[in-house]
Amino acid sequence: MAKFEYAPAPESRSVVSLRESYGLFINGEFTSGTDGGMFKTISPATEEVLAEVTEAGPADVDRAVAAARHAYEQTWSVMPGAERAKYLFRIARIVQERARELAVLESLDNGKPIRESRDVDIPLVAAHFFYHAGWADKLEYAGYGPAPRPLGVAGQVIPWNFPLLMLAWKIAPALACGNTVVLKPAETTPLTALAFAGICQQADLPPGVVNIVTGAGETGRALVTHPGIDKVAFTGSTEVGKEIARACAAGPRKKLTLELGGKAANIMFEDAPVDQAVEGIVNGIFFNQGHVCCAGSRLLVQESVQDEVLASLRRRLATLRVGDPLDKNTDVGAINSAAQLAKIRELSQAGEAEGAERWSPPCELPDRGFWFPPTVFTGVSQAHRIAREEIFGPVLSVLTFRTPAEAVEKANNTPYGLSAGVWTEKGSQILWTAARLRAGVVWANTFNKFDPASPFGGYKESGYGREGGRHGLEAYLDV
Amino acid sequence: MSDAAAPARSSRLAVRKTYKLYIGGAFPRSESGRSYPVTDHKGSFLANAALASRKDARDAVSAARKAFAGWSGATAYNRGQVLYRVAELLEGRRAQFAAEVRAAEGLSARQAEAVVDASIDRWVWYAGWSDKIMQVRGSANPVAGPYFNFSAPEPTGVVAVLAPQDSSLLGFVSVVAPAVVSGSTVVVLASERFPLPAVSLSEVLATSDVPGGVINVLTGRTAEIAPWLASHMDVNAIDLTGAPGDLADDLAVAAADNLKRVLRPSEQDWALTPRLDRMHAYLETKTVWHPIGT
Repeated sequence: MAKFEYAPAPESRSVVSLRESYGLFINGEFTSGTDGGMFKTISPATEEVLAEVTEAGPADVDRAVAAARHAYEQTWSVMPGAERAKYLFRIARIVQERARELAVLESLDNGKPIRESRDVDIPLVAAHFFYHAGWADKLEYAGYGPAPRPLGVAGQVIPWNFPLLMLAWKIAPALACGNTVVLKPAETTPLTALAFAGICQQADLPPGVVNIVTGAGETGRALVTHPGIDKVAFTGSTEVGKEIARACAAGPRKKLTLELGGKAANIMFEDAPVDQAVEGIVNGIFFNQGHVCCAGSRLLVQESVQDEVLASLRRRLATLRVGDPLDKNTDVGAINSAAQLAKIRELSQAGEAEGAERWSPPCELPDRGFWFPPTVFTGVSQAHRIAREEIFGPVLSVLTFRTPAEAVEKANNTPYGLSAGVWTEKGSQILWTAARLRAGVVWANTFNKFDPASPFGGYKESGYGREGGRHGLEAYLDV
Repeated sequence: MSDAAAPARSSRLAVRKTYKLYIGGAFPRSESGRSYPVTDHKGSFLANAALASRKDARDAVSAARKAFAGWSGATAYNRGQVLYRVAELLEGRRAQFAAEVRAAEGLSARQAEAVVDASIDRWVWYAGWSDKIMQVRGSANPVAGPYFNFSAPEPTGVVAVLAPQDSSLLGFVSVVAPAVVSGSTVVVLASERFPLPAVSLSEVLATSDVPGGVINVLTGRTAEIAPWLASHMDVNAIDLTGAPGDLADDLAVAAADNLKRVLRPSEQDWALTPRLDRMHAYLETKTVWHPIGT
């Protein structure tokens, strides 16, 4: 197949101005940490140090929670919903105004292609604030009674795969419902959250309504176990999610929502148009380097079309461009961290060792940074680790099925239940399959679609609670 | 425009504005060439407003119909942002509108400012509804059979609105926004006695991403124009809020010819947060059935 040559098309970094070092955002101001601990955040594409960030200790978390409590009691919970709405609309507008800066910053810190941060992450961030702004003075219509009350202070811990978008998913509904927040971004991707702190300042958001504490697992633990918070919202691994559930089970009552891991099945029936389905399958697993909790990491293809689909899939993968996240042509960027790369390698090696067949397109990877080529495993059985465990990388496991019942059986054969995909021309079969899938989101003839109006969240060990839509408000209301 | 509406007195002679109609995104005079004098609450001359004719009303309906496909086909998110943009631009012209409302309605400066602020906030309130009304008004229906069945609201089409006679800006916004937020397009006849703030608002609409034809503003005699709108066969709904008491029944009868959805006049306090009834009035419910099976 003819290969198109591309000239580099780098997005300019000049739109971003980084500080050497960042404090914590507490009570509307950047402040130093109490015990002085700092850590570095790097660009995973080059391993270049981008900035130094403060490691928040328990005393800092205390300060942040106190600021959030004060803002909750004095300002935010007593403010009319229409005024809260205006702050959120302001934030949405500032995100739109600063969209390119945020996109470049996200790609720098996270390693995701600028095409995705620019066209998916940041527009969705703005949309999320815009949508929830409208709810702030309409909560009586949300289906939770005539005057639903907020919970208080929310402690929120988010992952590194969609840093600013996950922040938006957490902060927008919390604020709309009248809560104040202390949010901890992931230690490898703190920069857009810190930029967001600046956006709160530009919006004149009252001090203490949003507090950002940076740090790693210890900071997160201090936050979610803090006795001064009323609500815990966590997005991340199932393992940590269970720890948090245990921690919240004891002690003062906190409302808890968890959005955890997944091992989604993408079910392709024999009547599905191959090219269209293959596009969706590729998007399903290689979008964002596969660092997606709802990624379609298991392709279940009907046996009769397996050969044709695999041939088409390989052809398509050979055209994916892996490399510089800031290049506008890049399809697959850098793996977010050395630790994540090690995990992907380990699971891929296990896949080979257990007898699955591994394939990647010829693909030159940069010398520096963390990289993993798009990879497909065929001949995968349900017992293989690569069919059971979340890899969180650009690795697709292909299994086959003969009947719709078998497809559903295999799709549900996982402790996870976040998402699933169905590909068929038959509408009745889409609905039949969707009704049987134990998953919180089912995409039919599409994949990885997100919208603030659409609830997102999992069944089983993918967590509980929903984010987005009318349903997502429940997580932040005392109902 | 009178001095009351001018930001500040000076020795310089003011350049006055011609108040025109707003149809299909353009500002024509009435095709009839007519106008009528508008006075302030004390009876002093403010300006001549266009006296719309039957033909102007029909042109406005055509423009609204033409705009319907695009506006109703836009995403709810997009419509919400457009309505919010109206609020943004109105905010920047608070002083002008306060002066105009004050001159028209004879309010105190403080009252006029409160009316303008409420008008801005009303756009914001409705902007937030664009992508929520379906979530509140729609449903998935558990029919007793292997069918997926859902009901979703859709905009009714072209809505004729007789704006309230007493509230030139807040009342006007309160009857127009609930129609356009869900995707309907509007022909609105401004308050007969206080038409000027509505005309100025159309200048805001023209510069705020509202596509031409989505909101068409007429000024003139309610009793002359309303019957043409009520009997127009390409109008899907009519709001009779601004109809004179003795005319409302006749208009409702005329509206029955093509079974327009009719919103009858009722006592309104425009300062209160609205209920959902005005949005509901312009929504059709569409139910879709689809079989479930392999």
